[in-house]
Amino acid sequence: MDIVITGLVLGGTYALIAMGLNLQYGVARIMNLANGEILVAGAFAAFWFWTAAQLSPLLTIFLVAPVAYVVNWLIYVIILRPLVRRAKSRGQLEVDAILTTFGLGFVAVGLMLAVMGGDYFSYSYLSVPVMLFGEPYGLNRIVAFLAAVVICGALYLWLNRSRAGLAIRAIATAPASARLVGIDVPRLSARAFALGGAVTAVGGALISTFLTLDASTGVIFTLKALVIVIMGGVGDVRGTIVAALLLGLLETFVAVLIDPGLTLAAAYLLFVLILLFRPQGLFGRRTT
Amino acid sequence: MTATEWRDLGLALVVLVVAAGLPFFGTPYYLTLGVTIAMYAVLATSWALFSGPTHYISLATAAFFGLGTYVTAVGIDHLPYWLLLPIAGVIGAVVAGLVGLATLRLSGVYFVIFTLGLAEFIRQVITWAQNLMGTRGLYVLTDLGEREIYWQLLGLAALVFLGGWLIGRSRLGFALRIIGDDEEVARHSGIDTARAKVMLFMVPGAVASITGAIIAPRYVYIEPALAFAPILSFTVVIMALLGGTGRLWGPLVGVIPFTFLTEWVARWFPNQSTLVMGLAFLVIVFLLPKGFVGLIDGARARARGAFA
Repeated sequence: MDIVITGLVLGGTYALIAMGLNLQYGVARIMNLANGEILVAGAFAAFWFWTAAQLSPLLTIFLVAPVAYVVNWLIYVIILRPLVRRAKSRGQLEVDAILTTFGLGFVAVGLMLAVMGGDYFSYSYLSVPVMLFGEPYGLNRIVAFLAAVVICGALYLWLNRSRAGLAIRAIATAPASARLVGIDVPRLSARAFALGGAVTAVGGALISTFLTLDASTGVIFTLKALVIVIMGGVGDVRGTIVAALLLGLLETFVAVLIDPGLTLAAAYLLFVLILLFRPQGLFGRRTT
Repeated sequence: MTATEWRDLGLALVVLVVAAGLPFFGTPYYLTLGVTIAMYAVLATSWALFSGPTHYISLATAAFFGLGTYVTAVGIDHLPYWLLLPIAGVIGAVVAGLVGLATLRLSGVYFVIFTLGLAEFIRQVITWAQNLMGTRGLYVLTDLGEREIYWQLLGLAALVFLGGWLIGRSRLGFALRIIGDDEEVARHSGIDTARAKVMLFMVPGAVASITGAIIAPRYVYIEPALAFAPILSFTVVIMALLGGTGRLWGPLVGVIPFTFLTEWVARWFPNQSTLVMGLAFLVIVFLLPKGFVGLIDGARARARGAFA
C-alpha cells in the first residue's frame, strides 16, 4: 500500500514536468531536449531562495513561473523560430531542434556548474512525517503532489474550456488547418513553448523539496518526461497524466522490490514496450 | 576504378603510413593524443556512415563502446585477446540490429531518445549485476601498451574507410542516398527502407564495440560509469557533424580540430567543457550546417567560378 501511494505521489509530480514537455512538443513542435535543465534551474531557484531567505518553495514558484515563461519565450523567438522558418521539412526541423536543444541543455549545465559547482544541493523543507492509512509519508512529497494536482487541473481546464486552450489544441491537432480558421500559429506556438517551460520549471521547484539534485541531473528528467509524453500520446493531457502515474508506480515498485539503481532502466524498458506495441500512445488512435 | 580513385587510394595509403610512424618519432604526449584522434576518427567516421545518409542522430556510441570494453574485461582471462575483437564486433552488430528493428521504422525523435537511453539502461543493468556479484568493476591486465592500441585503432580506421568506400559503391549505398533524399520516393521505387537502415546501423554498432574492446586495456580498471559515459556519444556526434557527413573523409576534418580544442579547454578551463560542447552544437546548427566539408566545397566552387 505504501508503495502505491509513494508511486502515485511521485507520478503526480512527473505529470507536471511531462505536461510542460508535451506543450512544447505537441504545440510548438520542438522536441525540447533541454527540458530537464529548465527543471534543474527551477529547482536551483527554489533551493537558493530557501537557503538565502527562508522563502518557501510554494511561494518561489510564483516567481519562477513568470521568469521561466519569459526565458523560454525568448529562447523560442530568438533561437528556435529561425529554425522553424528555414526548415524545408518536418524531418529537417526535427534534426535541427534536437541538436539545438541539446546544445542549449549543455550550455545550461555549463552555466549552472559555473554558478553553483558540481555539488548536490538539497534542503530540508517540511520534512516531517504525516500519517496516511497508518503509514508515515514525508509532508513535502504530499504538498508537492497536491500543488502538482492543482496546477495540472488548472491546465486541463484551461486547455479544454477556454478559447485560447481550444486554439492551442487546434494547433496540436492540425497546424496547417489552424491557420485557415484564423489562429495566429507562430504567436501561439511561442506562447505554448514558454508556458511549457514555465510548467517544467515549477515542477522542478516542487521536486527539489524532496529530491536531491545536481547541475547535471537534468538529462535523466528529460528522458523520463519523454517516456511519459510518448507513452501518453503527444498532445494528450489525460494520457500524459495516466502515463506519469504509471511511471511513478513502476519506479517505486522497482526501487523498493529490486534495486533503487534500476529505476531509469525500468522506465526505459517501459518505453521500449510502448514503442513496440503502442507507438501511438496509450489512448492514441493509429493515424494513417 | 578511375584515375581520381587511384589518386585518392594512394593519398590514403601515404597518410596511413605516415600516421603509423607516429610512435617512432613522436613524444609520448603526441602518442596519447594520437590514440584519442584515432579512436574518435574510427567512431565518428563509422557514425557518419549511418547518420550521414539517413539523418538519424544516433547517441548509442557509448552503449556499444561500453559493451566492447566489457567483452575484453570479462573475456581476457578466458580467451585469447585476438578472438575478443571479433566477438565484440558481433555483439555490437547484433545489439544494433535489435535496436534498429525496434526503432528505425519510427520518427527520428524516438530514435534519438531510444539510443540515448540505451547506454544508461545497459549501465544500470551491469551495475546492478555487479552489485549482486559483490564487485564494482573489473581489472584488465595485459601487456598491450599505448603503441599497440594506437596501431590497432589505425588498422580499424583503415577498415572503416575501406568499408565506407565499398558501401558507397554498392547497391546498399545507392539505396541509402535515395532514402536520405526522400524516403517516400525510395519506398516507391521498391527499396526495403527499414532493412537497408537496420543493416547499415549494424556497422557503427560493430565498429564502436570493437573500439571499446581495443581501448579497454588502456583503462586497466573498468567500471560501468567509465565504460558507458554518455559524453562519448555526444562528442562523436559533434565531431562528425562539425567535419561534415557528406564525404567519407568529412568526420576526420572535424575530429582533429575538436580533439585539440577539448585538450586545450581541459587544460585551461577544466570546468567549462560542458559549456564548450553546448556551444559546438549551436555553432553546427547555425553556422556550419554542412560542416567544414561544406565550407571547403563552397570555397572550391567559388574558386572554379572565378577561373572560369
